[in-house]
Amino acid sequence: MSDVELTPDEVRHVAALARLGLDDAEVERLGRELTSILGHVNTIAQLPIADVPPTTHANPHGDALRPDAARPGAPRAEALANAPDPAPEGFRVPPIGA
Amino acid sequence: MSGAWQRNGYEAVIGLEIHVQLNTASKMFCACPNRYGDEPNTNVCMVCLAHPGALPVANAEAVRQSARVGLALGCRIPAASEFSRKQYFYPDSPKAYQISQYDQPLCAEGSFHVPGEGAFSVRITRAHLEEDAAKMIHAGGDAGRIQGSAGSVVDFNRAGTPLLEIVTEPDLRSPEDARRFLTLLRATVVAIGASDCDMEKGSLRADANVSIRPLGSEEYGTKTELKNMNSFRFLERGIEAELERQLGLVRAGEAVRQETLHFDPATGGLTSLRSKEEAHDYRYFPEPDLLPVAQDPDDLAALAGQLPELPVARFARLTGAGLPEATALLLATEVELAAYYDDLAGRVGDAKVAANWVMGELQAHLNAAGIVADATPVTPERLAGLVALVVAGTINQTSAKEVFQALVEDPAATAAGVVGGRGLAQVGDADELGAIVDRVLADHPDEVAAFRGGREQVVGFLVGQCMKASGGRADAKALQALLRERLTA
Repeated sequence: MSDVELTPDEVRHVAALARLGLDDAEVERLGRELTSILGHVNTIAQLPIADVPPTTHANPHGDALRPDAARPGAPRAEALANAPDPAPEGFRVPPIGA
Repeated sequence: MSGAWQRNGYEAVIGLEIHVQLNTASKMFCACPNRYGDEPNTNVCMVCLAHPGALPVANAEAVRQSARVGLALGCRIPAASEFSRKQYFYPDSPKAYQISQYDQPLCAEGSFHVPGEGAFSVRITRAHLEEDAAKMIHAGGDAGRIQGSAGSVVDFNRAGTPLLEIVTEPDLRSPEDARRFLTLLRATVVAIGASDCDMEKGSLRADANVSIRPLGSEEYGTKTELKNMNSFRFLERGIEAELERQLGLVRAGEAVRQETLHFDPATGGLTSLRSKEEAHDYRYFPEPDLLPVAQDPDDLAALAGQLPELPVARFARLTGAGLPEATALLLATEVELAAYYDDLAGRVGDAKVAANWVMGELQAHLNAAGIVADATPVTPERLAGLVALVVAGTINQTSAKEVFQALVEDPAATAAGVVGGRGLAQVGDADELGAIVDRVLADHPDEVAAFRGGREQVVGFLVGQCMKASGGRADAKALQALLRERLTA
């Protein structure tokens, strides 16, 4: 299981999904790093866990829900305080699909 | 199945994805108000704006309402379900992922029956909870269009509001069936009270997966996805247009391309949309910030027991009471009208009589006034008073219409009061009617002669004259009988 190696194409695919532009040197370096990380995960996969039920959380599931009670949101000026390009009523973003 | 779309040896295969905005007080993962129509960016906080470190906590009521809808759709509600992250980049998604559900949805594997002529069932694949995206206000260019817009402003009021996505198997076989299914599904969700399902406000949105295949084939053809059709009519027309387009391609020997399409109701045309994530690689993984949702079987049994009468059950009850299918279907899908009908039928004691009034005078009045049944001044109690007078033979149908109008115009009036005040009580007394008949016959010697000469249809004219002479109050049956008696004497 430790022989999983990411191909340059796989690295470029993941980078494209993350909107990252990589040059060939970066593809090579990140490929190595990601392969190393996957290798570490594979170490865990070698543990004898056949009788452990799969889970995605360390906590046993419980009622971590909140009652449906509304309270006012933040003042708009505060909400917009960190916007890079605020409009009077909201967050301005660049044109899409242009 | 009747009503199936079949052309040139091909049949339609349609599945729907329906988004229902739940009407909780607060958002899905934060306490901001879940409210439509407020000033932009006034119902926002660090969680729904995705500030670093802000953590989501799931809304118990959204989970409860989703389970109720799932139960109504015959779904299995697993003991544990899980939230997942769906990754994509778009300005309407501030975290760059949407919290949704993936392989462990809240509701799984249901089935929904659409009764009536050409009845059919649709398998429900799943119903899962997720958060809605923000709203993009596109400045410049055509309203709502993305291409050519000069930049956009994002309103996060809708971001993080609870959405229940209901996905069907591709079991629908015609645009009409798709509309019928969605109509009944909407009525069911409204009856449960989980959403107002207002398509105009976007609290009910439907996408359709559409393909065609040779009749008798078990395999599916390449499907296209029709996005966000915002009315029942557009849903039906959009699917119809897409089926015709695909049939045209296939018959010309061309292949259907898998793509997302937008239906323009103004032109009837379909345009291809750029997809949000061209790779369609959403990289789902379990949401680490939220615990799985546990469902207790006893709680679920209690929830199931507390569901109101659902449209499908109401349809069965009303057809069982002898109402025509069309009437039962309308009453099954319109919650307010059904409540009105039930109240009236209980007071009148006759399902068919009550249905006739609801489908006739009441509907005409509601349509003319543009109101729903619980907003009319003619309450079931007041209308029942009127119906009782008709059933007892105190007034005839003509007078009944006049009394109904009086009840509309004067909310303080009672049917008995109007009848007494206007002297509308039916003239059924033989002496009084006889005098009217004698006078009318004396005034129309030509018609009398014609009748006696064999032109029996003249009797209709004479009945009308007598009715007029009675001020519209004559007992029509007694009048007919008396008239024929005098004419043939």
